Amino acid sequence: MQDNNWRILTRPLIDDNPLTLQILGICSALAVTTSLDTALLMSLVVVCVLALGSGSVSLIRGHIPHSVRIIVQITIIATLVIVVDQVLQAYAFELSKRLSVFVGLIITNCIVLGRAESFAMHNGFVASTLDGIGNGLGYSLILVIVGAIREFFGKGSLLNIQILIPTSQGGAFEPLHLMLLPPSAFFIIGGIIWFIRRKRPQQVEKPEFTLRAREQESK
Amino acid sequence: MNAFFELFLRSVFLDNLALSFFLGMCTFLAVSKRVDTAFGVGLAMMVVQTVTVPVNNLIYNFLLAPGALDWAGLGDVDLSFLRLIAFIGVIAAMVQVLEMTLEFHVPKLHRAMGIFLPLITVNCAILGGSLFMVERSYGFAESVVFGFGTGLGWALAIVIFAAIRERLKYADIPEGLQGLGINFIVAGIMSLGFMAFAGMG
Repeated sequence: MQDNNWRILTRPLIDDNPLTLQILGICSALAVTTSLDTALLMSLVVVCVLALGSGSVSLIRGHIPHSVRIIVQITIIATLVIVVDQVLQAYAFELSKRLSVFVGLIITNCIVLGRAESFAMHNGFVASTLDGIGNGLGYSLILVIVGAIREFFGKGSLLNIQILIPTSQGGAFEPLHLMLLPPSAFFIIGGIIWFIRRKRPQQVEKPEFTLRAREQESK
Repeated sequence: MNAFFELFLRSVFLDNLALSFFLGMCTFLAVSKRVDTAFGVGLAMMVVQTVTVPVNNLIYNFLLAPGALDWAGLGDVDLSFLRLIAFIGVIAAMVQVLEMTLEFHVPKLHRAMGIFLPLITVNCAILGGSLFMVERSYGFAESVVFGFGTGLGWALAIVIFAAIRERLKYADIPEGLQGLGINFIVAGIMSLGFMAFAGMG
């Protein structure tokens, strides 16, 4: 049982990562990663919402009529997100301004709804909460990596602490402005996926068409 | 008039929801295997976005915004924290109404959109459009232009992306990058391309 719970918690980190394998929750993931602090805050928020959301859906799973389950799940998630949004505006106003609409968009983040629908509806409270935390951490892992890369190469700093001195201030580091623009997030995630799949070849998708044998020889 | 045109161009190209705000990415990656399905989703997205953003604008300005309930004598009531749940409700309802209307009046269009119309409800680009509308405090006319523009921009992006993917099927891609990996790279390059519109307007 202990082993099983541990597996539920750690599987989504690499082996079943929501971003790189399940293709869930990409929407809100990329826009908040221009710097490490917003990425960390967003991760924290998502882990909380996922854990509480999955947990509470699993607690009442026996009472939800099948036909209205999506509405019930969305209402639970929306309530959690509103609470989180209000807390952020009260205690971290500056950061919540920078996250702008993306806190609200956690409602439509497919990870939360996807895990509620596919896992929490069929499993107990403890397992569902752990699954929520695990998936949240898997999401956070990618977010933090991307956030760190983009902030480090884009501004030469980490968590707003200047590490490399840019040329404009007499240093030797030329900031890569591309890293602060949206395309870099796509490239970095693409690279991370490539890296993970080199290490875990079973995740590689089979091509729909393969070259014919004759063409492969002539290559 | 000029300002509206500028807003329109901005929302189609430069502020493209899919490629510069990463909204609706899940749908963007999942249903872009073929151009004709991508076209169906794009169309559904465009119609829903053009309807929901202005409707949410009216709801926000006349019911939820701080001081909006003046007409009912409740001037100091601030319901703006309810906007997330209200918008989701409006979107779900609008999608339902739209589906029934289209099925009755324009069955051809309804068939073209198929399953994608109901799926749009949980697309973050729709909710994102409404939230951006509130954040940038657009008026009613602006919200119509913004809704239509972002919908069109998203549709444009997914159709182009699907066309590229159709050709990519025949490409010889390194193992590990196949599938999702290369899709991200392609989306990144497209996003670079759309950034080139920055000089317009």
